[in-house]
Amino acid sequence: MEVLKATIYPVIVMGGLAALFALGLGIAARVFYVYVDPRIGQIEELLGGANCGGCGYAGCSDCAEAIVAGKAPVNACILAPMENIKKIAEIMGVTVEEEEEKKVARIMCRGTPEKAKRRFQYMGIDDCRAAALVAGGDKDCEYGCLGYGTCVKSCPFGAMSMGRDGLPRVDEEKCVGCGTCVRVCPRGVPHLLPVSQKVYVPCNSHDAGKIVKAICEVGCQGCGICRKNCPEKAIIIDKFLSIVDPKKCIGPDASCGGKCMDKCPTGAIQRVVA
Amino acid sequence: MEQEVWSFSDYLLLIVSGVLVNNILLIRFLGNCPFLGVSKRMDTAVGMTFGVIFVLTCVGPITWFVEHYLLVPFDIVYLETLAFILTIAVFVQLVEFVIKKMSPALYRGLGIYLPLITTNCCILGTCFYNIRFKFGFIPTIIFSFASALGFGLALIIMAGIRERFHYARIPKCFQDTSIGLITAGLIGLSFYAFAGLAK
Repeated sequence: MEVLKATIYPVIVMGGLAALFALGLGIAARVFYVYVDPRIGQIEELLGGANCGGCGYAGCSDCAEAIVAGKAPVNACILAPMENIKKIAEIMGVTVEEEEEKKVARIMCRGTPEKAKRRFQYMGIDDCRAAALVAGGDKDCEYGCLGYGTCVKSCPFGAMSMGRDGLPRVDEEKCVGCGTCVRVCPRGVPHLLPVSQKVYVPCNSHDAGKIVKAICEVGCQGCGICRKNCPEKAIIIDKFLSIVDPKKCIGPDASCGGKCMDKCPTGAIQRVVA
Repeated sequence: MEQEVWSFSDYLLLIVSGVLVNNILLIRFLGNCPFLGVSKRMDTAVGMTFGVIFVLTCVGPITWFVEHYLLVPFDIVYLETLAFILTIAVFVQLVEFVIKKMSPALYRGLGIYLPLITTNCCILGTCFYNIRFKFGFIPTIIFSFASALGFGLALIIMAGIRERFHYARIPKCFQDTSIGLITAGLIGLSFYAFAGLAK
């Protein structure tokens, strides 16, 4: 009898407890059922899944909800390949336009410690955002890269590294153009440029030519020589800074022979080196 | 059950005991997973704290009932672990259903912490202490609440410290979890100074 008790009681009690709980949960699941649009889950699976924030939403599930609600376009995710975008469009019952060209981050500054002067020695927290708060940053140029690597640390894809010259490097292969670096940089030094653009002006300074000349050896002074020499009229000057129009520029090896780069007095206009 | 009549000061001492002297994270060293996992940022630490306070205050008394009205009468106390885990898991699942329906905003804030709580050993540990210390029903509620409060205190202290790690130059071999464990140990040592305030 004792043996029977010792074997049957646990089975009855635990089994009963489990059955009771299962019944309770089953009823609760019915009573508190919430309808969730199944498309949200399907779309989330097709998105990049990196939660990088490149779409402008808090994460992939947030983005999927926005797509279903019609607040975000079906190609909002910059990470998802074209086939996934097409599948999302199918789920949503719309058509997509052709693929936009991939963009990658380019560092718009060449002011290494030797070439661009510094006003004082900064010895604080190892972060550009902190450095930028101390009297506007230690660099003389108020547009240039501070070099404390906030962008490198924040890149969700490990596409950035700090070069030996104290400026960040972008790995074109790994960069997906999410723009996290652009958002964290206190100076907006990284820019997103089309991957096919081969000529660019790696300078961010809108200071007048005289000031740039005094504080940086390699900055764009906005003299306009490159604009005069470009047969395609692909260069515009915006507040003392040359900007290459990727739609018009035909590349450094084309018939123009890359005159803009040869004629630049400071070498501020450059061929993209990956 | 040890003590028949509890005075007000006894309850106060019980709270001191739960929060400081028997701090579940720093003295008992239970629940190290969330202690290191969700203490990287202050907002997640606060969210987890509220989740644990709510669940533990409810689950402590429920498991007390299971122990004294089910396991003891049928003489199957050795199945405690199984029964308690079952109870906790079901309760957390139920709460998830209810919150999802009643308050989507709260669900978005607390929802991701609820599954974490299900398998959290500081919940189960506190339920066991309630039994081991031979508490009555009311002391069980108070001790469960105090224990969760202690969990929150330790977690928030840790989150505050770890947010500052972000800006400190830590040698590569000590980064992340290593320095987290060292810090946990040091805070634990300092909490030993409370020993003797209460039982």
